[in-house]
Amino acid sequence: MRADQPLLRVAGLSVRFDTPDGEVRAVDCVDLVVDRGECVGLVGESGSGKSQLALALTGLLAANGRATGSVRLEGRELLGLPERELRAVRGRRIATVFQDPMTALAPHLTIGTQLVETIRAHATVDRATARTQARDWLERVRVPDAATRLRQYPHELSGGLRQRAMIAIALAAGPDLLVADEPTTALDVTIQAQVLRLIADLVQARGLTLMLISHDLGVIGALCRRIVVMYAGTVVEDAVATTLFDRPCHPYTRGLLAAVPDLARPDHRAQPIPGHIPNLLAPPSGCRFHPRCPLAVDRCAQEKPALREVEGRRVACHRAEEALA
Amino acid sequence: MTVPLLEIEGLAKRYPLKGGRVVRAVDGVDLTLRAGESLGLVGESGCGKSTVARLALRLVPASAGAIRFEGEDIAPLSDAALRPLRRHMQLIFQNPHAALNPRRTVFASVAEPLVVQGAAHGDGRLARVTTLLRQVGLPESFLWRYPHELSGGQKQRVCIARALALEPKLLVLDEPTSALDVSVQAQILEFLQDLRSRFGLTYLFISHNLAVVRQVCDRVAVMYLGRIVEEAPVGAIFTAPRHPYTRALIASVLPPRPSGIPEAPLGGDVPNAAEIPPGCRFAPRCPLRMERCTREDPALTGATHRVACWAATPEEPDHARN
Repeated sequence: MRADQPLLRVAGLSVRFDTPDGEVRAVDCVDLVVDRGECVGLVGESGSGKSQLALALTGLLAANGRATGSVRLEGRELLGLPERELRAVRGRRIATVFQDPMTALAPHLTIGTQLVETIRAHATVDRATARTQARDWLERVRVPDAATRLRQYPHELSGGLRQRAMIAIALAAGPDLLVADEPTTALDVTIQAQVLRLIADLVQARGLTLMLISHDLGVIGALCRRIVVMYAGTVVEDAVATTLFDRPCHPYTRGLLAAVPDLARPDHRAQPIPGHIPNLLAPPSGCRFHPRCPLAVDRCAQEKPALREVEGRRVACHRAEEALA
Repeated sequence: MTVPLLEIEGLAKRYPLKGGRVVRAVDGVDLTLRAGESLGLVGESGCGKSTVARLALRLVPASAGAIRFEGEDIAPLSDAALRPLRRHMQLIFQNPHAALNPRRTVFASVAEPLVVQGAAHGDGRLARVTTLLRQVGLPESFLWRYPHELSGGQKQRVCIARALALEPKLLVLDEPTSALDVSVQAQILEFLQDLRSRFGLTYLFISHNLAVVRQVCDRVAVMYLGRIVEEAPVGAIFTAPRHPYTRALIASVLPPRPSGIPEAPLGGDVPNAAEIPPGCRFAPRCPLRMERCTREDPALTGATHRVACWAATPEEPDHARN
C-alpha cells in the first residue's frame, strides 16, 4: 500500500440498467476520490444515482444492472472481481448500512445470531468468544440491556435500536470504509440525533472512512466535511462543506439549497426549482440540468460539462464563473 | 365570536389488543380550527397525528369525543347523514403514487368526486375538471394521461385537484410533501399557500417536518403519545417553546448547513401506546421531571399558548408577541 494512495478511487463509473422500456443510465461517468479518514457526503434527490453508485462499489447492483469504469480500493480494482472475492471485500473492507434495517436484517434470526455469524465469518474465534464480542458490540452501539437484545428478533426492536444493531453488524467485521445510505431517513428526529451521534463517535474512535448518502442536507451538514452533489446520475459539484453551503457554485446546488425550508430562517421562503427531475431513459443532452437551469445557454444543451477546478471546488458547469460572479 | 370551522373535544381512539390490553392511539385531544387558518399538527411517528386526521373526517369512528363541523357534532351521525357534509372536508395523502388509481386517467380520477356526489354532468363535468387542472397549474393536455406518465409533484397536484372538485372548506393534508424531493416540495408548498388564500381554505396540516410547518402554518399543535402537549401561534412555538418535548423536537432539527450533531436532547424511545406511563406520559424521557410528574397527568392549559406540563414556564402576556 502506498501512503499517497487514496482509500477509494472511482473513475469513469457508469451504471446502466436494462429495462423493458430501454436502457437507463443511472450513473454516468462519475469520478470520485475518497481519502482514508474522510467523511464524505453524497447528496442528491431521487434518481441522482447516489444509491446506485454505492451499490456498484461492492457489486450489489440488481441483476439487470451493469457497472463499467473503475472502482479501486487502495489500488485494487473491484469491478469485475469474482463473487467469492467480492464477498471478502464486503463487510471486511467496505460495509454498508441501509435506510431500512428491517429489510437488511434477516427476520428469522436473532440479533445475536446475526452478529455472531458476522464475527465468525471474518475472524477465527469460537462461538463463545464471538458471543461475548457480539454483546460488546451491542454495548458499543449503545443498545441498552444488550444481553436481552441478543436473544431478540429484528421485529422486536424499535426502529432506532434496529438501526443500531445494523451498525454493530456492519462494523463487527472491522471495515475500513463505512457506506451509510440514508441511515436515519426512516427514524424520527429525536432518534436521528442519537444515531448520527453514534455514527460520528464510532467513525472517530475506529478511524473509519465514511461515505454518507442522503437527500437531507441537514444530515450531510451535520456529519460531513466534504460534500459531493449529484444530479441525474452525474456529479455536479464536489467541495468542502463550508464552501458548498456558503458559496455554492453549480446552479443545481444553489437551487437545492434555496429549496430547503430552514427552521432558523423563517423569513426565507423555500424557492422551488422549476421543472422536474429528468427521465433517465431519455436524459437531456449536454448538461443534464440545462432544462431547469436559469443560466443555461446553447452550449449547455450540446456539450456535457466536465468536472473542473473553480475557486477551490470541483464543478461541472460551463457557466461556473458566471454563477459565482 | 363566530363558530369555529372544526372543533374537536375529548377525542379518543382505542384499539383493544388480545389479552385485554388497549392501544390508546388518540387519548383525549382538544383542537379548534377557525375558518381560513392553517393549523399544523406535528409529532413523531406513532404519536397519533394521522389518526386524529382520520377521526376528524370520520373515516374511522372515534371511541369517544365530539367532532363539531360548523357547530354540528358529526361524531354520532350515520353515514347517510354524513354524506352531504363530506364534500366540505377533503384529505390529501402523503404518497400521491399510491393515492391515484393507475388504470384511470387524470380526468377519471379528478371527476370521481363529482360523479359520487352527482355534481356536474357531461360537458359540464369536462369543463369543471379542466378548470380544476388549470387551478392546480396543470395544462389541459394532462386530462387523458395516466399516473405513470406524471412526476411525483404532478401526481400530488392531481390529488389536490380531485380534493378541490367539490369546493371543500377544510383540507386535511397528511404529510403532503414527505414523499416528494425537496426541489418539488418547495413548488407544492408555494402552491398550497397560494391556494389557501385564493379559495379561503382551512388547513389541518400534518407533518413531522418543523421547517415546513413553520413556513405554511399559522398555529401549531405538538402531539406526543396520543395527546397534544403544546399549542401556540407559529411564532411563539418556535421562538419560545414551553414544553420540554417541543424544545427537544426543535433542538433535533438539523439545519441545512455545516452544524455538528445536536447533543441528543432526548434519551430512549417513544413508549408503546399500549403502555402509556402514569402521570405525564412524557415524564420517563423528560429532562425536567419532578416527583409530581410521575403521579399526576397535566392538562393542556393556557389562553393562546397552551401547554400540558407541570414544569412549564408561565405563559407570557398575549400582547408580548403575535
